Amino acid sequence: MTVQPKVDTTPHVSDEVRQTTCYMCACRCGINVHMRDGKIRYIEGNRDHPVNQGVLCAKGSAGIMQHYSPARLRAPLRRVGPRGSGQFEEISWDEALQTATDWLAPIRKSDPRKLAFFTGRDQSQALTGWWAQQFGTPNFAAHGGFCSVNMAAGGIYTLGGAFWEFGSPDWDLTELFILFGVAEDHDSNPIKIGLGKLKTRGARVISVNPVQTGYAAISDDWYGVTPGTDGLLILSLVRELMRAGKIDIDYLSRYTNAPWLVIRNPGKANDGLFLRDDDGTPLVLDRTTGKTAPHSDASVKVALQGEVKVKGGGIAVPAFTLMAEAYLTDDYAPETVAPKVGITAERIRQLAADLAKAAFEKEVVIEQPWTDWKGERHDRMVGRPVSMHAMRGISAHSNGFQTCRALHMLQLLLGSVEAPGGFRFKPPYPKPPHVHPKPAGRPDQVAPETPLAGAPLGYVLGPEDLIIGDDGSPQRIDKAYSWDAPMSAHGMMHMVISNAVAGDPYPVDVLFMYMANMAWNSSMNTRGVMEMLTETDPETGEYKIPKLIYSDAYSSEMVAYADLVLPDTTYLERHDAISLLDRPICEADAVADAIRWPVVEPDRDVRCFQSVLLDLGAGLGLPGMVDEDGSAKYEDYGDYIVNHERKPGIGPLAGFRGANGGAEGRGEPNSDQLDAYIANGAFWQAEIPAEARYFKPANAAYQQFAVEMGFYDSPQPYAFQIYVEVLQKFRLAAEGHGDQQPPEHLRERVKTCFTPLPCWYPPFEGSAVDDEAYPLHALTQRPMAMYHSWGSQNAWLRQIHGHNPMFISQVLAAEHDLADGDWIWVTSHHGRIRVPVAVMAGVNDRTIWTWNAIGKRKGAWQLDPEAPEAKKGFLLNHLIHELLPPKGDGMRWSNSDPITGQAAWFDLRVQIEKAAVDEPAESWPQFDTLPRMNGQGAPEATLRYGIEWTSQGADNKNGGDKS
Amino acid sequence: MTMLPEASAIKLGLVIDLDICVGCQACVVNCKEWNTAGYGAPLADSDAYGEAPSGAWLNRVHAYEAGDGADSRTVHFPKSCLHCEEAPCVTVCPTGASFKRAEDGIVLVNEDWCIGCGLCAWSCPYGARELDPAEGVMKKCTLCVDRIYNDNLPEEDRVPACVRTCPTNARHFGDLGDPNSEVSLMVAARDGIDLMPEQGTRPVNKYLPPRPRRAADETPVSLVAMAEADTPKGFWKWVDSTLDRLG
Repeated sequence: MTVQPKVDTTPHVSDEVRQTTCYMCACRCGINVHMRDGKIRYIEGNRDHPVNQGVLCAKGSAGIMQHYSPARLRAPLRRVGPRGSGQFEEISWDEALQTATDWLAPIRKSDPRKLAFFTGRDQSQALTGWWAQQFGTPNFAAHGGFCSVNMAAGGIYTLGGAFWEFGSPDWDLTELFILFGVAEDHDSNPIKIGLGKLKTRGARVISVNPVQTGYAAISDDWYGVTPGTDGLLILSLVRELMRAGKIDIDYLSRYTNAPWLVIRNPGKANDGLFLRDDDGTPLVLDRTTGKTAPHSDASVKVALQGEVKVKGGGIAVPAFTLMAEAYLTDDYAPETVAPKVGITAERIRQLAADLAKAAFEKEVVIEQPWTDWKGERHDRMVGRPVSMHAMRGISAHSNGFQTCRALHMLQLLLGSVEAPGGFRFKPPYPKPPHVHPKPAGRPDQVAPETPLAGAPLGYVLGPEDLIIGDDGSPQRIDKAYSWDAPMSAHGMMHMVISNAVAGDPYPVDVLFMYMANMAWNSSMNTRGVMEMLTETDPETGEYKIPKLIYSDAYSSEMVAYADLVLPDTTYLERHDAISLLDRPICEADAVADAIRWPVVEPDRDVRCFQSVLLDLGAGLGLPGMVDEDGSAKYEDYGDYIVNHERKPGIGPLAGFRGANGGAEGRGEPNSDQLDAYIANGAFWQAEIPAEARYFKPANAAYQQFAVEMGFYDSPQPYAFQIYVEVLQKFRLAAEGHGDQQPPEHLRERVKTCFTPLPCWYPPFEGSAVDDEAYPLHALTQRPMAMYHSWGSQNAWLRQIHGHNPMFISQVLAAEHDLADGDWIWVTSHHGRIRVPVAVMAGVNDRTIWTWNAIGKRKGAWQLDPEAPEAKKGFLLNHLIHELLPPKGDGMRWSNSDPITGQAAWFDLRVQIEKAAVDEPAESWPQFDTLPRMNGQGAPEATLRYGIEWTSQGADNKNGGDKS
Repeated sequence: MTMLPEASAIKLGLVIDLDICVGCQACVVNCKEWNTAGYGAPLADSDAYGEAPSGAWLNRVHAYEAGDGADSRTVHFPKSCLHCEEAPCVTVCPTGASFKRAEDGIVLVNEDWCIGCGLCAWSCPYGARELDPAEGVMKKCTLCVDRIYNDNLPEEDRVPACVRTCPTNARHFGDLGDPNSEVSLMVAARDGIDLMPEQGTRPVNKYLPPRPRRAADETPVSLVAMAEADTPKGFWKWVDSTLDRLG
């Protein structure tokens, strides 16, 4: 018998638990950081937190390695070698701030537009956007334009809210959940928690995605569609459901604009606009009287067909009539769309039948009376338990906006938005476009030494809101809100560098970026962007982008191209507000926000970027950042979070306001607010009253709650917009009506793409290239254990995804005689890459794909130049151009959605061929190895994290390297 | 040769639901961060930022595909020590370092006695043991023996780190020796399986197999028939009668 040794089953765990908010991806979960001896012992999920309810993903659990990463910058840097060489000297913060001020102050005095300020995975846009506004430049945006703005804008314009993390399926009640495309990162843990709930109670999960990975693996059914055809599939489902009478007529009549009257007056300036009364209220047709009435009249029995004569010419018909005309055609018959979608007609019908069955045979009821905005009392809440989610998968196409709209229309036809069992908004949504600010930046809104007349980003309601000059020319450096992309609500970050270097529409003087790895994985045409960043004016010898300021916590590829580097802290060393003014963390039943606070003090000369921004603002004398005597108004970002007011009583944080900390939503600043958050687990939440939890756009109790919370100042009830009049306004302009006219070369495109009812058109790149030359689709997916380039230098996460093969179907493998580990050349209209392949079964036959943002440039991120991320990892970005193939018209056509400017990453078309046997087993292209830019030597080879707390620690108290 | 104790009444172990696991790796990394400063030597990572990073992990998730093309499916398969009742890793150990606890059946390695010979890893049919690259001792899942009884943690947290963190609730911990425990009932209800029972190891951990992919329930509603038969004229008739019914 073995002697059983005694095991210490009750060891000391930690000296203290500090609760803050994770930043290992965009999910923003609550975390408990266990501290021991001043170091981080362990990070776990906060059980009380609304987002993650205690769980934590792989990324969040690897936070220790992110915090103690050798790739961290340690002091401000000034470039000493040529741009791109990665040669720097460390300088003091005083010098760094003075340099930045010296560069920015003259711009503000002469032409504030010469500053382009773009932030990447920024979670403080309420501050950064305001800073840009106070500086006076319209040239601000974050990374939304190259991420999922189609999803955001499609949602806002149609539903008054988007998927993203701004809403969620009713996980406890839904019976059928359909996930379109890759969505593994927005939002990460809540979707996993929700999927667990669905699978545990046997609800049905369907995946529509060219690739069967991640969440698709546990789906009950998988539709491996051809990329870019989701919209066609959805419109076919719409047709089938309408034809079969499997749509919710009551819901459509009450909560959507399906009954609103639309003017038919072809060729005239009012064609396609809503028929309105003298107050501007849209009208409906009363089926009992045969007369028109305001849609807000509760007594009206609305008609869905019929017509009325319009004074001055033409007729008006309910929008629903136009829907029937648009969708009840053979163009959308399953047999017609099947070859393009890559799914058989029978399977498309099966999906429609699944939807119908769940929606109309499994109705859910909550016995909760409520009152709608027209004053009608409802005894109960009745819902159709079908929910959907989508993100970049359907968004990152040039037809993405209309596809997102089509998906929302499908939800509305089923009566499953804001109804029990369906899709639910999280506060402060719903919030329709007319309740959002409009963007500012027109020539009359920009002036030296003057704040911009409004926020640089917002929602346009027609051509009159575009940010263009009198001649129709773009006024923003990214050409957002111009005729190139009129409804580009998140800006177009992917166009900034290319436009600035081309001087189109004008050159800039300073490019200021934060957390955006534009010289690598965050740009299309990566090699081209690297060259642009170093391109000089042949006459002056000056860089075409003369000054480049960059802030990051890590020595990323982009750092090498900065002239001045402002080193940021890690997420554990900083203040942050997860604000209702920005991207909140609310849940469908509760309004919530959160903070980060320094649970660890920085051990190096780095500063929270937002504090630095406020310091810079004070140095520049920006209004709102200085007191009357010119001194800095805020000590740091934490001080700003507590004391800044966007309007009286409304600040970055909604909780613990007022003198005694008891006010919620609105209230005076509370000097103890941050302490109150910390004591509460770093978050605050207030439950939405039971009566206000569903049908929020129409729910009087919710509208009242929203006003009390400060989401808006008066109730803003509205109907869901299946028919979007804003789109028609742009189309009317393209037909020649009105003062604001698109340039000739864009007229046809606006007419075709801006249909007020959702449509489908083929992705642009596919139409521009030869199908036979580029027969395949190529795209990326986001691994659940990695958040873009930050993750792949993490000592633990890189052992899970150390390189990224190109996954190909069994069919392609057979056609090209390929097996795992073989190398192929992938060619697009723009470039070539050499990559290793892996064969898989669960992928659309004509689609190849890889993981996003694993590949690294040699030497970046303090990884060994021989690291697999650099030698075998690769970027698909080299194949994707920010411009479409030239059409021979001399124009630069952006590779974007024509409506929102969303970067069309997933439109990519390619061909493949096997690499020759004598070629090196290394990915191509390769670039010069970057030096160790953060001034530190090679990291220790062997990690033994936590050794001082183990039994081994007694022999080796200092821990660290053993090799 | 090391002896196994008498079979314990209490058999602590994991139940892992393969129908729910999405392969997110949360359990893998959270296990690593808890255990690198937990029982025994840290879980070292060699060449951490280099060409061939390789560390000791107590839990890994593998992904497998079954079937071809559109009919294929992916199964994510988390794997850690199964705390076998007939643990070959214990009986093979030449020093007595590898042992199974009499009171709860947890299999552990006494690192003070471990000589890193690797026999136990070789004998384990599941590949569930990994030699630490720095310390040269054998590392394996401890079922978080330093959490599950730990008075320094809140009671609700006295579960293995992998169970505590799993976002999809695919991992469950409990006493599989008690037929009425939640985990035992779950195994009974879902026909939980032993991994490779032919090996005779009698693992305590159980797997709940993926449920068959459900086709849409029976032939669904009358959608197909209606879609074929109806014309737009019929459609409007239906719309009108529906509106009439709504009043």
